[in-house]
Amino acid sequence: MTMSSSNCKRRIVGAAAAFGALLVAMTAAANPVPWQMNLDKGVTPVSQQIWNLHMAALWVCVALGILVFGAMFIAIVRFRRSKGAVAETWSHNTLLEIGWTVLPVLILIGLAAPATILTREMYNATDAQMTVKVTGYQWLWRYDYISYDGKPVSKVPTVWSRLAADSNAARQLDSGISPYSVKAADGSNSYLLDVTHPLVIPAGVKVRFLITADDVIHGWWVPDFAAKRDAIPGIMNDAWAKVDKPGTYLGQCYVLCGQDHSAMPVVVKVLPRDEFNAWLTAQQNAATLDKAARTARVEPQQPVPPKG
Amino acid sequence: MSSTAQAVHHEEHHQSFFERWFMSTNHKDIGTLYLLFSFLMLFVGGSFAMLIRAELFEPGMQLMQPYFFNELTSMHGLVMIFGVIMPSFVGLANWMIPMQIGAPDMALPRLNNLSFWILPFAFILLLSTFFMPGGAPAAGWTMYPPLVLQGGESIAFMIFAIHLMGISSILGSINIIATILNLRAPGLDLLKMPMFCWSWLITSFLVIAVMPVLAGAVTMMLFDRFFGTNFFNAGAGGDPVMYQHVFWFFGHPEVYIMILPAFGIISEIVPTFSRKPLFGYKAMVYAIACIAFLSFIVWSHHMFTVGLPLGAEVFFMYSTMLIAVPTGVKIFNWVTTMWKGSLSFEVPMLWAIGFIVLFSIGGFSGVMMALVPADFQYYGTYFIVAHFHYVLVGGALFSIIGAVYYWLPKWSGHMYSNFWSKLHFWSSVLSVNVLFFPQQFLGFAGMPRRIPDYNVAFADWNMVSSIGGFWFGASQLILVGVVIHCVFFSKAKATSRVWEHAYGLEWTLPSPAPHHSFTVPPVIDDSQLAHGDVSH
Repeated sequence: MTMSSSNCKRRIVGAAAAFGALLVAMTAAANPVPWQMNLDKGVTPVSQQIWNLHMAALWVCVALGILVFGAMFIAIVRFRRSKGAVAETWSHNTLLEIGWTVLPVLILIGLAAPATILTREMYNATDAQMTVKVTGYQWLWRYDYISYDGKPVSKVPTVWSRLAADSNAARQLDSGISPYSVKAADGSNSYLLDVTHPLVIPAGVKVRFLITADDVIHGWWVPDFAAKRDAIPGIMNDAWAKVDKPGTYLGQCYVLCGQDHSAMPVVVKVLPRDEFNAWLTAQQNAATLDKAARTARVEPQQPVPPKG
Repeated sequence: MSSTAQAVHHEEHHQSFFERWFMSTNHKDIGTLYLLFSFLMLFVGGSFAMLIRAELFEPGMQLMQPYFFNELTSMHGLVMIFGVIMPSFVGLANWMIPMQIGAPDMALPRLNNLSFWILPFAFILLLSTFFMPGGAPAAGWTMYPPLVLQGGESIAFMIFAIHLMGISSILGSINIIATILNLRAPGLDLLKMPMFCWSWLITSFLVIAVMPVLAGAVTMMLFDRFFGTNFFNAGAGGDPVMYQHVFWFFGHPEVYIMILPAFGIISEIVPTFSRKPLFGYKAMVYAIACIAFLSFIVWSHHMFTVGLPLGAEVFFMYSTMLIAVPTGVKIFNWVTTMWKGSLSFEVPMLWAIGFIVLFSIGGFSGVMMALVPADFQYYGTYFIVAHFHYVLVGGALFSIIGAVYYWLPKWSGHMYSNFWSKLHFWSSVLSVNVLFFPQQFLGFAGMPRRIPDYNVAFADWNMVSSIGGFWFGASQLILVGVVIHCVFFSKAKATSRVWEHAYGLEWTLPSPAPHHSFTVPPVIDDSQLAHGDVSH
């Protein structure tokens, strides 16, 4: 295969641009942005359908608002006593009343039908190729890989996902550290949205999250996945997501869970599948080596998990 | 009759300050006490809100530890709901219902005294928790276990305070039902009553139905915390989600307890200043009854992400959306009442129009969050905070202030300052939107509620919201000035009708309304009914 030099250059530029765009997308896609006014579309088919439903409902509300407030505005302008308006005395109009009872019902059916279909889809966690157990603690997340590709995952160590140290230092009362100075590696602000160890999942794989908690109720949520469930002690909830676009996605605990409720972010890193497989193998090897080394040194077990 | 009048006069002369204000069985005095109490609590709960907005003014922790922030949000909710909105509606009911139905007083005057005087003690108990070891309850006004059970001993005081508030509102509601069903003037059929009486009659049944449910929920919590039971302890076979079901079975009708009387007030004010009968009076009554019924079968929409079965999600989505229909009917009817009327814009009308707009905005966001999939993206965010503040501040509180401006001349016998009361309205209606509209954006951007600190991406709208908050808080000081001026200093005498087109029995009494009114039942003139609909 031959390639002209200009074609080659164009390709390189194109690849660089694509890579740059990917980088931007990876860093910016999931972050809330200053002055943001609307939901993110997110990166899963479910989150995008929710966004469509949200916009439909929003526009219905805007239209009804224009209708109702518009009628009221016209009444306020036209039927003023100061302009000599004389009040009429009627107080009934059966046709009108039937109309504005039936019409809202029809509009609501129009919204409820797609919402019902979408709810069914959100509840369908069957055929997941991967299962991760998510446990909420005061105030961190614990991730355990349960199964992947139909096989149990046994050697990957538990991931403890706490607030990153720089955010933690800055958030203390009178810390003297500006939240604006807390930056991620890419330069974006990561105040309260960065963790020690993110959850890592593969792209293009339907992942089922089993969500529970060990002390009080927490809430596990990644807005861009529209994957969200309460994490409740004694109850195992599930949510799922199939993310095609690699990147880092951010969320926060959304159920009041005590003093550091604002300090338990959810960070999920989605890797391309081959990279993920490599990462998983590396984790397994490291764990095996670590275990062997510890056995050789006859050290005590790993320290007990940090708790509240 | 004249001897009765003299006896009444005699009694008034010999009432000491203590007898009149502490031992009163007079519906007007007790109504005043309720209103003053809730006014005081408005500033207590409001000061918590100011501290909350001050901490949220910019990212980072500047003023307080996060735990104290949680104490503030929890107590702000409890004080505003049980100390402001509910007692002020009861106060208005006390003042107005006997005067609107031509009754000499409430049916059970001593009970009335008791139901008010429980409240100050309940709130002393509740607020004293701030000074206890471990601090005030900090698990939100919803008090979800297991978190709430981590609190100090003070939660026993919170639970007892809630029991007392519940008893107070149940007694108040029994009184209102007894009054409306037994003491209406001859000829005043139920369907001739003013809308305010109707709204309170239905609300009273809601109160009696659900306050015991709340009492049950917090009693189970008390036993879990202090007596070794495990109702909500998953570790011993209990279920934390059961609390949420019981709580919201109370909580959702509670939402309507806080808005149905507002519907009644707006249905009084709008026809008066439109000089036109209330459109669809019967439909308005049925809509309130319908909303009250539906309020019992929608509770799980507060728990869509809790892991309900699919069928439950869908059922509660449909039942919730259904509420939009009767609520829509009410809003359409108010607008149609204004249509082809002869409108003037005295201060109560301004608040009523403000109510219709702001409550509708809150209603719209309510329809959006009724949709299960959409609610998954809204639940637990500032969008929810914006929603319930639009309906509770823009809705309930605006209607209460509107009612005060509507009936204050009747109560005090004086007109208030037109300039200052209009300034109060415009300042409030602008600031309340600066305060709460940006919170919808914050919710969409994913900012969780009940957090004292946030990422810098949320900083701008939070600062706008805080500025609106301080502005709204300061605006309410105008109301204090207006009321004090009107009651003690105003020279402008109010006529008995007060408003040109105000109909209903209360406007046949002189202003100020005499300490004892309708000792002889009035004769009902169907052309003078409050709602102006002569066909009923």
